[in-house]
Amino acid sequence: MTDTTLEFAPAAEPLEKNYLNEETTLWSWLTTTDHKRIGILYTLSITFFFFIGGLAIGVVRLELMTPHADIVSAEAYNRLFSLHGIIMVWFFLVPSIPTTLGNFLVPMMIGAHDVAFPRLNLLSWYLFMLGALFTLYVLIAGGVDTGWTFYTPLSTSYATGHVAAAAAGVFVAGFSTIATGVNFVATIHMLRAPGMTWFRLPLFVWSMYAVSLVMLLATPVLAMTLLLIFAERVFGMPVFDPAQGGDPLLFQHLFWFYSHPAVYIMILPAMGVVSEIFTCFARRRIFGYTFMVYALLAIAVVGFMVWGHHMFVAGQSALADLVFSFLSFIVAVPSAIKVFNWTATLYRGQISFEAPMLYAMGFLALFTLGGLTGLHLASVPLDIHLHDTYFVIAHFHFIMVGGTVSAFLGGIHYWWPKFTGRMYPESWARFAAITMSIGFITTFLPQYVMGYAGMPRRYQIYLPQFQIYHVISSVGAMILAVAYIMPLLYLGWSLLYGRRAGSNPWGATGLEWQTSSPPPKENFHGTPRVVEGPYVYHDAETASGSEQAAPRPQGAHR
Amino acid sequence: MIGFSDVPEISQYASAIDVKFIVLTALTGAMGILVFVLVIVFSIRYRRGSPASRAPLPRWMQRDVEIGWTVATLFTFLFVFWWMAGAQLSALAQPKTNFEIHIEAKQWMWKVEQPNGAREINAIHVPANTDVRLIMTSDDVIHSLFLPALRIKRDVLPGRYTYLWFKAQRPGTYNFMCTQFCGTDHARMIGHFVVMTPEDYARWSMAQPETDDLAREGARLFVSFGCSGCHAPGSRVHAPDLHGLYGRQIPLDGGGFVTADETYIRDCILLNKHIPAGYPPVMPHFQGVVNEEQVTSLLAYIRSLSAEQQGASR
Ligand code: HEC
Ligand SMILES: [Cu+2]
Ligand SMILES: [Cu+2]
Repeated sequence: MTDTTLEFAPAAEPLEKNYLNEETTLWSWLTTTDHKRIGILYTLSITFFFFIGGLAIGVVRLELMTPHADIVSAEAYNRLFSLHGIIMVWFFLVPSIPTTLGNFLVPMMIGAHDVAFPRLNLLSWYLFMLGALFTLYVLIAGGVDTGWTFYTPLSTSYATGHVAAAAAGVFVAGFSTIATGVNFVATIHMLRAPGMTWFRLPLFVWSMYAVSLVMLLATPVLAMTLLLIFAERVFGMPVFDPAQGGDPLLFQHLFWFYSHPAVYIMILPAMGVVSEIFTCFARRRIFGYTFMVYALLAIAVVGFMVWGHHMFVAGQSALADLVFSFLSFIVAVPSAIKVFNWTATLYRGQISFEAPMLYAMGFLALFTLGGLTGLHLASVPLDIHLHDTYFVIAHFHFIMVGGTVSAFLGGIHYWWPKFTGRMYPESWARFAAITMSIGFITTFLPQYVMGYAGMPRRYQIYLPQFQIYHVISSVGAMILAVAYIMPLLYLGWSLLYGRRAGSNPWGATGLEWQTSSPPPKENFHGTPRVVEGPYVYHDAETASGSEQAAPRPQGAHR
Repeated sequence: MIGFSDVPEISQYASAIDVKFIVLTALTGAMGILVFVLVIVFSIRYRRGSPASRAPLPRWMQRDVEIGWTVATLFTFLFVFWWMAGAQLSALAQPKTNFEIHIEAKQWMWKVEQPNGAREINAIHVPANTDVRLIMTSDDVIHSLFLPALRIKRDVLPGRYTYLWFKAQRPGTYNFMCTQFCGTDHARMIGHFVVMTPEDYARWSMAQPETDDLAREGARLFVSFGCSGCHAPGSRVHAPDLHGLYGRQIPLDGGGFVTADETYIRDCILLNKHIPAGYPPVMPHFQGVVNEEQVTSLLAYIRSLSAEQQGASR
């Protein structure tokens, strides 16, 4: 670590002008084109949607405490889990890390003053809010009871809810994803500071690059699919209705062609975040930087070719089953490599366990547990039994909640001092991180068991032998709820009363730490020059010749 | 095999799946434990300020280790794939059986037709130790038939047929259910799957109210819908003879071949979707005239024409 990065800013440091206090009117926030402010706008928005989606599933978990229908009707139950899925997938998980941490950090990490298209960035937030609030209104006022998957012909010809309106909302929000993707690709290509070569990019930036490519290529397919649903439902154009020569399976192919890559839209950024956290709190260079980069890209590319693993029982040909199964095993390899690399990064480190590190370790454990059961589901004969049971629910929640949400919270804590200039109360944060992992395991581990025992998903009433698992799961969900509410409170508290953080409280490398906290509007005073790779936390292992043996980082802000 | 009383397995296939599940879980469990143990050991040994040595890693290490575990993971995963794919391929071969049960799913119930024409709702009775084939279609949305005790499931689609086959071994009453979300009462699409000894089954099916045999019913419909006017051997219309049609490769008008299975025949009747080569496309389509149950009967009749022919030529 360099001398400059160790300096803690004195607590009473007179606040310089920064992106937060430069202008403070509401109007200045709503018209801002500052990527940092847009990141904050997004953070507030998706936090709101996260709690709405969580509330819905809270009622569902309460309902599932007994095998009978107790508190809501069958219709309401279906609307609740549909709301949960739609909100959580499109208005929390997909935008979660890219639009918040990504918006804030990508330009800072590459030494740029803003993203390539700042106004497009603001437009993307407005599109998101338009789509999201409209969809939320539809989901609450009218209701949709198709699940987030909108399977045809249920969604096109039979469902009673407001499917077309919800599809329109998600359609609009999709453009905000595309705008973010365009922006990141352009920013990373065009605006890297002098000396910031591709293989000096922090892995978080690489993950944003990979995820942007996936967003750009996959989201239009979703848009098209939703348009077809809309056309069939509203104008009666028979695309999926078999009674008129349409093909209901076509929908599933299109839908999963987007939705499997969407899983990677959710997890790749998380991988980027924990790479930053592990290196910082283990004081180690990342183990196998180039392998990590290629693993990210491999996942992004191969991830497009595995969608058929959602259709092993849908009536797809046996040969297709085989091919998709094979590719699904292949796509698991780079993910496994990443897990090994994070583990090896700890080797010979100087590890400390602040809250971000605890979240990152929670990520590692839960992502591993979720990823390994992916092998069960990639196996055709096992998937035939497990498909559409709670086993699948457990699998993807381990990855998307245990993985992505842990990483998201880890990232929020890690960069909180940079966002706000304040420290959060450390012991509260550690407590919340541990509570989250415990709550999570309690909620979702029993779901693997009952899934194998034959408990189907999306059932309000179920066979009595599954009650014990549901009860454990619901209790876990309550713990989880507490763990999610805690950060809201103490982070809020820290905004006003937190200790001033100084520019680099963790002694981290990376350009974002080389400027003051909160950063000035233009990020850096001057243009940073980069002379070496990321994560120079300790002397290089070997003498010259090693790919990462390079001089210390040169921050711009002195 | 597995420790839950809720998960009976009642066929050889189901036991084989359980073995696969346990072995794969053990394998992945070992990988998970390896990672966890390493993380914990490193966390303790290399906690900040601990006396453990942080001597530089030898230069070769990073690359070799990296390649080593990439290759090891790849081979492990490929091995699992190969092992699972083998099981999938052997399960593909449909048994030769005449014991066919027709299933029609609709929001939110299962209509079941036994081979002898007996009908049941939300219950499937089968004899033990007999190869059974389910021929399934849906009236409305996509459903999925899940038989947990047999470890099998298959989506049930409108407008086409899907199949499940099995040989249940242990008599008893189990559950089957819909696992593809299908609307309001999805969770109520659950029924009893009853496996009986062949003797009990025979007794049970005798006791069912007399109904027409499916094929006989189909023969009647074949005449009443006017199919026979064109398709009867002596008809003046140039229409294909349906004897021996089922299961044959049919050359199509636009080139190419298709196997005359249930879906093909159904599409011919309802949509006149395929035109066999050499025939004028004059057959009317019966969408909206012939309902699902009648299609099932017609299918049974057309299939019986092929069985007859096989018998005759032998
Ligand atoms: C107007 C005369 C006519 C009537 C009535 C008719 N068909 Fe046909 N059918 C044809 C002709 C001609 C073809 C071949 C060309 C075509 O498909 O249009 C055919 C084709 C078929 C085929 C495909 C045969 C093959 O070799 O591929 C099936 C199966 C069939 N019909 C069943 C039926 C059934 C069942 C009915 C009654 C519900 C029926 N048809 C009524 C004239 C008729
Ligand atoms: Cu997938
Ligand atoms: Cu159903």
